Amino acid sequence: MKVKINISSEIVTKPILAESIVETGVLLNVSQAHFDRSHGEVVADVLEEHFEKIRHALVSRGAVVTRLDTPIELNEDECVDCGACISVCPTKVFSMDKDYSLLVDTSKCIQCGTCVEMCPHNALALINNKHA
Amino acid sequence: MVKKTIHEINAKIRDGSVNVVTAEEMVDIVAELGPEDASREVDVVTTGTFGAMCSSGVWFNFGHSEPPIKMQKVWMNDVEAYTGVAAVDAFLGAAQLSESMGMEYGGAHVIEDLIRGKSVELHAVSHGTDCYPRKVLDTSLALADMNQAIMVNPRNAYQKYNAATNGSRQTVQTYMGSLLPNFGNVTYSGAGVLSPLSNDPDYRTIGTGSRIFLGGAQGYIVGQGTQHASADQFGTLMVQGDLKKMSTDYIRAANFTGYGISLYVGIGIPIPVLDEEIAQATAVTDADITINILDYGVPSRDRPVLCQASYAELRSGCIEINGKDVATSSLSSFKTARRIAAELRDWISRGEFFVSMPVENLPADSSAKAMKETGGVSLVSEIMSTNVVTIDKDASVYKAAKIIMEAEFNHLPVVSGDNLVVGIVTAWDISKAVSQGKFDLVEDMMTRKVITAKADERVDVVARRLDRHGVSALPVLNNEDHIIGIVTSDDISKLFARRH
Ligand code: SF4
Ligand code: SF4
Repeated sequence: MKVKINISSEIVTKPILAESIVETGVLLNVSQAHFDRSHGEVVADVLEEHFEKIRHALVSRGAVVTRLDTPIELNEDECVDCGACISVCPTKVFSMDKDYSLLVDTSKCIQCGTCVEMCPHNALALINNKHA
Repeated sequence: MVKKTIHEINAKIRDGSVNVVTAEEMVDIVAELGPEDASREVDVVTTGTFGAMCSSGVWFNFGHSEPPIKMQKVWMNDVEAYTGVAAVDAFLGAAQLSESMGMEYGGAHVIEDLIRGKSVELHAVSHGTDCYPRKVLDTSLALADMNQAIMVNPRNAYQKYNAATNGSRQTVQTYMGSLLPNFGNVTYSGAGVLSPLSNDPDYRTIGTGSRIFLGGAQGYIVGQGTQHASADQFGTLMVQGDLKKMSTDYIRAANFTGYGISLYVGIGIPIPVLDEEIAQATAVTDADITINILDYGVPSRDRPVLCQASYAELRSGCIEINGKDVATSSLSSFKTARRIAAELRDWISRGEFFVSMPVENLPADSSAKAMKETGGVSLVSEIMSTNVVTIDKDASVYKAAKIIMEAEFNHLPVVSGDNLVVGIVTAWDISKAVSQGKFDLVEDMMTRKVITAKADERVDVVARRLDRHGVSALPVLNNEDHIIGIVTSDDISKLFARRH
């Protein structure tokens, strides 16, 4: 399963991820990471049975952990099949069918949210992306 | 030689014997029959395009209230429309933002909501006159309540449009969508093989007065669009049509994150095949139309051209830039463009739509000038302070604090042994370090990601960079990356204050 770990500016310089991994022995397979002065955000894979353990370790150090368990959702009424989302998705969730309809393979989605910003028609949403 | 007149073609439309195909279907017909036989065979070729067209809007006449008002300012769902004309006429621009919702909602959404049958809140104010005594008006109006709602788009249906990518190190949010850093993607717009003006590049049948498909209704070409640059094959059209007859299948509001609002407009133009030259022109393919790929990472009017690609290459999903495969995506919908061309074809076949010749041709050799600017241009070199104090990365936090106190600077660039900028510290960083009891080396508490400027950059560009990164000073570097000055948001505010 995928998790999103948000680290706020006050603690962004602390080795929160490393400490949590060492403490729990749970491995995180990081698929996306972004750090700057104001915050850090990491999307990683973790085994379902290890989730609670690592979540606890991270949260106790001040991180916010979000379970990413609902992939991208397409609102077909809003979608105009432009294809703008295709080129920004890091995992190739979107493609064009032969008749130029949008195809969506949600199983590849890592819920990074890039396409949500890109879509000019508000047709894409990450619904169940609340903090765990 | 085949020669047909518009009257002969319209007679065939009337008696149902007309042969209409889309511009996509025409490609194979011309390939098979050659242009001469194709021009004998086919009477009308239909085109279509559906993409973001910011330069769109609607003229409304709201009807007179009792007592009447001469509107001085008017808002529709909190989006301001221009009413510097007669009492209750106003033009709502698609790209105008809502006063309260900003980039979430704008003119384009008002237009879409009206087509969907929703009512909008109308608010108007006036100074009041003897003939128009009312000063404030609030009402709720649906499309059916208005006398006219005439879509008039000053610039639509670009013949072709340059594609966008981003060579900078940050994502840029543009009207071409999100452009990922380091040439992370390419976006483009336009219907290629179906593009109306690309199928009649000499504007022989498309011009003032031509009847067209606009937003699902019959509309007309007013004439050349603004910024019409036919000399470079960047022709544009000004079009008009009755909003009351339009459909949200072909008129849709759009939000471009970080840029604003636009309107997706569906346009289809029929091209009467009068002779074989026209038949040949309508056989244009995606592979025949080449556009430039521009670097939108450069915030300038003259964005560098990185390379060129045809619509066929762009539509393949991937092109090569600097030896790297880059994913492409279209912002306009080819599927909807096809639907428009097909629907227009069916209208004509069913005898519901007649073709027309322009009453005036579009200018053939025009180009778009850049703006003449009389305000003068300010460069970073004119406002930066060259008296810049730096600190070595191995110096102590204590020393940094002392320099900042004595020099009364807020920003202290940190340099390495070879005089390259490796970080920056601010008074704030120091207080933070002190409050956390950290008194070690500057290197351990500095900000490493330094945003910089060049002396020959324009101040406006650098001001935007400060804003974007939420910082208040930028070290100015020369071409060897050595620091030659520092420019602060204070310097910039002072300059702007002088200008206004
Ligand atoms: S960007 Fe939005 S509207 Fe365009 S194809 Fe993707 S989901 Fe549909
Ligand atoms: S959320 Fe990210 S991974 Fe999922 S579809 Fe959108 S861009 Fe692709």
